[in-house]
Amino acid sequence: MTPLQIIFLLVAAISLGGAVMVVTRQNLVHAALWLILVLFGVAVTFVLLNAGFLAMAQVVIYIGAIAILMIFTIMLTRKVAKDTDEQLNSNWWGAGIISLLLFGGVILMLFQWQNFQFNLPNLNPSVDPLLQLGEGLVSPNAFLLPFEIASVLLVAALIGAIMVARERK
Amino acid sequence: MGDPVTLIAKWLEGLLAGWGLAEGPTAVVMNLIGVIMIVVFVMIMDVFLVWVERKVVARFQDRFGPNRLGPFGLIQPIADVIKMLIKENIYPQGIDRFIYNLAPLFGLFPVLLLWAVIPISPTTIGTDINVAVLYLVACGAFISLGIIMAGWASNNKYALLGAFREVAQMISYEIPMVISLLIPVILARSMELNQIIQSQNIWYIVAAPLAALVFLISSIAELGRAPFDIAEGESELIAGFHIEYTGMKFGMFYAGELLHALTVGGIFSSLFLGGWRGIGAMTYPIVGTFWFFIKAYFIYWVIMWVKYSLPRIRIDQMLNLNWKFFTPLSLVLLMVTAVLDKLLTGVPMLIYFGVMLAANILIGWGTVLILRKTRKKEAPRVAEPKPIARPDGAPPIPAITPATTSQS
Repeated sequence: MTPLQIIFLLVAAISLGGAVMVVTRQNLVHAALWLILVLFGVAVTFVLLNAGFLAMAQVVIYIGAIAILMIFTIMLTRKVAKDTDEQLNSNWWGAGIISLLLFGGVILMLFQWQNFQFNLPNLNPSVDPLLQLGEGLVSPNAFLLPFEIASVLLVAALIGAIMVARERK
Repeated sequence: MGDPVTLIAKWLEGLLAGWGLAEGPTAVVMNLIGVIMIVVFVMIMDVFLVWVERKVVARFQDRFGPNRLGPFGLIQPIADVIKMLIKENIYPQGIDRFIYNLAPLFGLFPVLLLWAVIPISPTTIGTDINVAVLYLVACGAFISLGIIMAGWASNNKYALLGAFREVAQMISYEIPMVISLLIPVILARSMELNQIIQSQNIWYIVAAPLAALVFLISSIAELGRAPFDIAEGESELIAGFHIEYTGMKFGMFYAGELLHALTVGGIFSSLFLGGWRGIGAMTYPIVGTFWFFIKAYFIYWVIMWVKYSLPRIRIDQMLNLNWKFFTPLSLVLLMVTAVLDKLLTGVPMLIYFGVMLAANILIGWGTVLILRKTRKKEAPRVAEPKPIARPDGAPPIPAITPATTSQS
């Protein structure tokens, strides 16, 4: 085993363990903190795949913004999130079946995929993947239109949030 | 000669190879040694920073500062550390013990992580990743996480309020900070810090003085230092998020804050002041280390100067400054810089920097004009008497007119 594989196995085990903890903790703040561990594990996986930009974006957006927002929400609504509540409701079996089916489907698809046992390709060291990503996002031949549509959607969401929060005069 | 770090690294690598270690394990061992060296170096400097901070604040307040232990009180920080270590460890009632103990680590380790990408000399850098600028932002996420953990786990209203304020401030000021970080990236066409430094034949503070100012001020807000220390406003919240921490756990937050201030100095000097660039840095990399720390400590001194000269601002002033001033200003700066950079491709460097500087002066002038106009409109509104919370049926408070205040 190469050091990279050892690190990958460790990170994967920690992420999966953290994911189990997220759904089994009664205390919602603890669950959110375990979720942060899982998100961080995903970021480390990105690093192992030579996708540094995605890893940093994962940390900045998911840990720095979304997880913090979640913790804020949980802390400000503490009466709703009691530690002693029942964790399962009467529909637990339905959720279990759906998640099992989904998991089985994904595994099945992965096994049928011919690149399943593909080794990590070596990147061309003369090309900066970051520059390629940036050019791809603004090039009309690549992803300019989806990128712009996503930007417009985000701006619309921002303006919408301001309108909702605005005081009526 | 002139580059002892690389020399020692080469020698160690040869030694390990001579012992029959394969290439892979050698790299692992060398990286481990590198990590430990950076952490030890930065932590020892951190102990010294306590002395620097206390000496400088003393000078600002017309005092001597620590001067009893050793020459110029140099042994004082070691005494401080020993005191911190042997203090009683208090666990308040109702805390969340695991998170309570975990939070101080988050106060310090993200700051240590920052040093992984800061080039100390042309050849001494933890790791030269191509997303270093984004990495600096990502580490800030962990700092706010540690603060919110400390505030929540302490089971104290003041701590929680302080944590909320601090995190709200950090999240808001991240926006102008990130936008102004993009301007050196545009100028250098790279997110690698070493690349940014190498392309600064003229310091970027010449081409982007306003961006540098916005970055410095929003960094001070990220630090939570005065005048942005509303999170630990002693008059309102006693000490903010670290109110329930004693001994070395408090010490971790304190050390993290001091080191973060110096780190901001290092980042600022790398982005805008040319980092390790200086006389003789290219031929003797160790001289670059000297220049880097001169610049970093100068910015650290500026941060202390601001901290000990200005009073604390209110929370609404803090939010207004960010959302109504810095965010629009930095967006305008980003757009102007990007457009000018595209228009000026191929022109000589001096003209390029001159036009950028002129654009910055124009934007600054326009900003001052707008601010003046806003002030004329806002000043009468702010001067109006504010509603005061009083018990029901209490007699009305006589309005204070400017004339009576000037007489008394």
